[in-house]
Amino acid sequence: MIYLQLYLEFCKIGLVCVGGGYASMPLIQNVVVDTYHWMTISEFIDIFTISQMTPGPVGINAATFCGSKVAGVPGSILATMGFVSPALIICIIVMFLLKKYGEITSIKAILSGLRPAVTALMSVAAISFITLALWDSDHIPQDTLDIDLKAAIILVIAYILVRKKMSVIRLLILSGIMGLISGILFQ
Amino acid sequence: MAPEEKNASFYYELFKSTFVISAFTVGGGMVLIPLMKAKFVDEYGWINEKEALDLAAIAQSMPGVMACNASIMLGYRMAGLPGALTTLLATILPPLIFLTVISYFYEAFAANPYIRMVLKGMQCGATAIIINVVLQLLTKEIKRRLILPLLILSGTFIASSVFQADLMYCIAVDALIGLMFMRSSRYS
Repeated sequence: MIYLQLYLEFCKIGLVCVGGGYASMPLIQNVVVDTYHWMTISEFIDIFTISQMTPGPVGINAATFCGSKVAGVPGSILATMGFVSPALIICIIVMFLLKKYGEITSIKAILSGLRPAVTALMSVAAISFITLALWDSDHIPQDTLDIDLKAAIILVIAYILVRKKMSVIRLLILSGIMGLISGILFQ
Repeated sequence: MAPEEKNASFYYELFKSTFVISAFTVGGGMVLIPLMKAKFVDEYGWINEKEALDLAAIAQSMPGVMACNASIMLGYRMAGLPGALTTLLATILPPLIFLTVISYFYEAFAANPYIRMVLKGMQCGATAIIINVVLQLLTKEIKRRLILPLLILSGTFIASSVFQADLMYCIAVDALIGLMFMRSSRYS
């Protein structure tokens, strides 16, 4: 019963993969490449390349791709469902506990410690996004002045629009259009 | 706060916003969170900023994919179980559709210059939104003039960006600092 197997195996992956992204890569590889031969190692590496330019976490992308290869569209849906089922259950339990015990001083204190940490981690993500947008690299290169001028201009326009409180969705669509137009005009 | 009356248009709006955010953003949970904050905290006011940050912190420290955890928890907080299912579905559908389609003609997709241009533009737009959210949060934190949160902020930033420290360790240390030294109500 390939459908059940896909669902259960990705359930297990979803349950134990901690850290996300590259941290979960060996684990997923172990199941889909080494144990079940659902895809080859080069296909598996392709998934990571695709993940760089399409939405979605690596785990979900791998689940979808594997499921689609092994058992078509129903397979991709079941594998992805399997992957997120544990998260759904765990998150709802945590939310329930938080509602019940969230007012306890110790829990409040821990959350107070974590809030600035989230801001810090978002700042790190923001910087890597800026370097990726302007220099197509995950760090600031030696040749700092060699920036992608088109990207810089779109970024500045988008920032002004954000400050003017443009809706997030409209802004993303508009940025995509600006990218296309500037790409065609200044090839 | 989320409207008391959870009618169809509320769920439609919740689904649509989450779907578009998930569809147009490439990157992990730390990218999804600022965008969801911009939408649900700043635009709609369905959840407050402190709660959104708390849930982000919890989502980060749990097993599983952070983006999914965060969207489930935010959805649950805004509208209970139906809300959690709505946001989860809206988060996984875009990659599910994209990957199923792309798995058939990946080569053509990756090589298409026009798709690259649109993706690049969207990347810049998402960057602008993230910069804005981060600057807002930083200004607020600085204006509070409390030493400990600022130390945690800068310490975590340096540990993560300069020393590439494991996020789980950072979270654990910060939680411990909070537990031991931040019990006073002025921190919450």
